[in-house]
Parts: sequence; structure tokens; C-alpha cells
Amino acid sequence: MAETSALLAVTDLQAWYGESHILHGASFEVRAGEVVTLLGRNGVGKTTTLKSIMGMVEQRAGSVRFDGRELIRLSSDAIARAGIAICPEERGIFSSLDVRENLLLPPQLLPGGLDLDHIFELFPNLRERQASQGTKLSGGEQQMLAIARILRTGARLLLLDEPTEGLAPVIIQQIGRTIGALKAQGFTILLVEQNFNFAATIADRYYVMEHGRIVDHFPTAALAANMGKLHEYLGV
Amino acid sequence: MVEIFGIPSYALFGQLLIGLINGSFYALLSLGLAVIFGMLNIINFTHGAQYMMGAFAAYLMLQYLGVDYWIALVVVPILIGATGILIERLFLQHIRKLDHLYGLILTFGLALIIEGLFRNQFGSSGKPYQIPALLQGGRNLGFMFLPNYRAWVIAFSLVVCFATWFAIERTRLGSYLRAATENPALVRAFGINVPRMVTLTYGFGVGLAALAGVMAAPIYNVSPQMGSDLIIVVFAVVVIGGMGSILGAIVTGFALGVIEGLTKVFFPEASSTVIFVIMAIVLLIRPAGLFGRTV
Ligand SMILES: Nc1ncnc2c1ncn2[C@@H]1O[C@H](COP(=O)(O)OP(=O)(O)OP(=O)(O)O)[C@@H](O)[C@H]1O
Ligand SMILES: [Mg+2]
Repeated sequence: MAETSALLAVTDLQAWYGESHILHGASFEVRAGEVVTLLGRNGVGKTTTLKSIMGMVEQRAGSVRFDGRELIRLSSDAIARAGIAICPEERGIFSSLDVRENLLLPPQLLPGGLDLDHIFELFPNLRERQASQGTKLSGGEQQMLAIARILRTGARLLLLDEPTEGLAPVIIQQIGRTIGALKAQGFTILLVEQNFNFAATIADRYYVMEHGRIVDHFPTAALAANMGKLHEYLGV
Repeated sequence: MVEIFGIPSYALFGQLLIGLINGSFYALLSLGLAVIFGMLNIINFTHGAQYMMGAFAAYLMLQYLGVDYWIALVVVPILIGATGILIERLFLQHIRKLDHLYGLILTFGLALIIEGLFRNQFGSSGKPYQIPALLQGGRNLGFMFLPNYRAWVIAFSLVVCFATWFAIERTRLGSYLRAATENPALVRAFGINVPRMVTLTYGFGVGLAALAGVMAAPIYNVSPQMGSDLIIVVFAVVVIGGMGSILGAIVTGFALGVIEGLTKVFFPEASSTVIFVIMAIVLLIRPAGLFGRTV
């Protein structure tokens, strides 16, 4: 399939929350430098997929290979040290930390992370709000902060979970430009999105998820041809 | 003789001093409880026993090894803190995901075991501990007599409380701690070894209790039940201040010590119950405590 070998190769990924079996053998891959989008209706297991890659779902099985290394049995802190970082769906801004502390919280684990000046160039709003309480920011600013703080760590693969959810169109555009800039910097991005129009502006390839499995995939070039199917998958 | 509100000044300031001394211990102990609760979500009922172990360790080290107060002040918190680390590794880490109640029962049971063992070994009579030579005596301030050791206890516990507050609220390590209190799973996913932080936090909280125990040894008698006597009041302090608030624990600890002391002057009959009365009122008006964040 790949001319370059995959940076992330997920094979037969299974996950459970207690008794409920959520992921039923999802398989997909992300190559270095790509922006890959995971699409799917509410509750199909997109967030669970990202959390399982990150090691945040306790009961999981299958294979997650990153840069040739098997991660499925590692704890989430070890997975972070391997070079993956997550921007969670609920954003996870800490209310007992100010903006600067939130930004500096994830430690630098690997060389190659962005420095603060660079991050403030990407997110100028955050520079002025450094002393504010993290959760006092607007929804858009919190989303920027949630993305910004994982850029320092040296992670090569960013897992972004619905970064546009509930945000105004202008902010969504800004986030789109930022993700483009990050791709240009060499970051590899696995994006979960329901906002299909947004995803179309930045993604290289798409995977479609249903009931905890990947049921389809295609590159952006084949988007138009797949429009009918997609509307059915996403129920829009 | 100087009188204030018809009370002789030496009596008033004397009780104020006792209030501040008690308040120092309330603050140190409730601070440790708050730090532990924030990170482990466990109400550490072993805290009183660990305070007692601190006092005993200082007593035994002086008695049998000739280790003086100043060295004990450093060594004992580390030693007893290490036993806390052991307890966390052996027991507490395994019940983290269970209901609060399990932690409460486990730590309460441990307290009973520890106190029982000490009573068996040392009997229940109090053992005296000499005030260190450097701090013997006192000075006459005109309106009252201030023993040096008591002045030291108040000053040193203020310093320890402030340093702890500063470390948690104003440093990078503290920001890890605050963040892990809010969302440990995410902090761990950022590459921070949260389980190790939890263990060290418990060790630190226990070390604080042991430090209070060393400081208490020359003031109160060293006895196996010294912790259980004190800890009931400390839990009331924690309820009033609000679980998990660092500043709340410190301020409430000192304030309630003083209020208790003053009650002894103006309305002695109520002095042993005043804290519990305040607790009841606070629970009615602000169930989360004066400084507590409502969850
Ligand atoms: N912590 C949890 N415990 C139990 N069940 C969960 C938990 N988190 C998610 N689920 C269930 O797992 C399924 C998949 O959830 P997941 O969050 O992965 O879906 P999603 O595709 O991200 O949905 P959305 O688009 O709404 O974010 C859902 O049925 C959800 O109810
Ligand atoms: Mg989701």
C-alpha cells in the first residue's frame, strides 16, 4: 500500500470499557508527514481509537506500531515518551493552572519540539492571555491552548480529537490554517472530525469508521467520487 | 495589672499562645491530609498514627541512639515518609479505582493496628521528651511570658506551611500536582509518571505528619494515643476548611486553634466543643467547606 512505510500502523485494534466491547478490530495506518482523518457517526469509537493508541483505554488488544515499535502493552506515559501526543475531545484544560502553566505542563520528552516563541507565532491570542486561568479562555482559545501545549513536547504524531467541535466558522478556519502549518513543519496528524467540509480542506486521506471497525478509506483526490457513500456513512 | 475585656492580659495571651500552638499542629496535619486527599482521593485516617510514629521515632532515637531533636527533625519525616511510601505501594495503589470508602476503612484499620502495636510495646503512659537545649527558657514580653520552644513551633510551622503552599501553587512541580489532581489520566498521557507522583505525594503527606509529631514531642507527652486524640479535631478542621484546599487547610488550622484558645478564656465550658459547633454551622451553610471547591 505504501511507498513510504507507515509511521503509525494500527492492526486489529480492540478495546473494551468494562463489559462493553467498543473497538472490534480496527486497522489503518498513517505515514510520516500525512494528515489522516478518521470520520464516522457519533459513538462509533473514534475517540476510543485515539485513546487506545495513546494507551488511555485500559482494556485493549491488537497491535499499535509506531516507528516500528509495538506500543499496545505500554502505559500512556511510555507512549508519550515514544513520540505521540493527544489533544482530547473535551480539551482537558486545567482550571487550577493558568494559561502559561497549562502550556508548559507537558514536558519536553524528545528533541524537535517547537519553542514558545514559535508557538505564540502560531497562536498569538495565547501570548496575551498567559496569566489567565486556563478555563477562563473562550472555547476557541481553549482549543488553541490544547493544541499548542502538545507542540513543545517533541511528539511527531499528534492525535487531534474533533478540534472544531462547537466553534465559530472563523475560529475553525484559523484552526485549519494552523493544522496546515503544522503539517508543513513536518508533524504527522491523525484527526478525528465530524465536520466533513473542514476535514476536506486539510486531510490527505480518510478512513471511515462504523461500529468499531474501519469500513472504508480513500484519498482526498477520490473525495468527489465517494460523496454519495460518505453521506450515507455519516448520515448527513 | 493590664486587663482586656476584664480578663488579665497574661491569661488572654497565654490562651492565645496555646491556641496558636494547637493551631500549628492542626494546620500541619490538615495540610498533609489535604495534599493526600487531592492526589489520592483518600481520606487518610492513618494520619494521627503517623504523627504519633513521628513523635515516637524522635523519642526512641534520642533514648537509644542519642540522636538529638535537630537531627530528628530532618531524619524522622524522611523515615516515616518512607513507611508511607511502603503503605501506598503495598495497599493504597490497589484500591485507587474503588470507592472512597475502601481507602477510609483501610487507613482506619492501619491506624488501629499501628496504635495497638505501639501500646503493646510501650504501654499507654506518656513519655517525656526534653526541649532541646537551644530552645529552653523563654522571654518576658511584658504582657506575657513566651517560652522559646513554643515560639519556635509557631514560627517553624508557619514556614513549613508557607513552603508547602508555595511549592504546590507556584512551582512547576506543583503545577504537575495540581493538574494530576484534576485529570490524572491526561497528565499521564503527557508523559508524566503519575503513579510515582501519587506515591511520593503520600510519602510527603505522611512526612508532614511525622514532622508535626517531632515538633509535638517536647510539648505533649509522647504516647501511643496522642494521634487519635488530636486527629478527631483535625478532621473537623479539614471539614471546615474544605477538602483538598491547601490554603484553606493552613488558614483554618491556625484560625481554629486561636478560636479554641479564646473560647477557653471567654467561655471555658464550650472550649472543647467549639470546633465541632463551627463544623456543624459550616456544613449547614457551605457543605463544601469555607475554601472548598464545589465539585
Ligand atoms: N468511559 C467510557 N465508559 C463506557 N463506555 C464508554 C466510555 N467512553 C465511551 N464509551 C462508549 O463507547 C462508544 C464509543 O465512544 P467514542 O467516544 O469512542 O465515540 P466517538 O466516535 O468518539 O463519538 P463522538 O463522535 O460522539 O465523539 C460509545 O457507545 C460510548 O457510549
Ligand atoms: Mg469522540
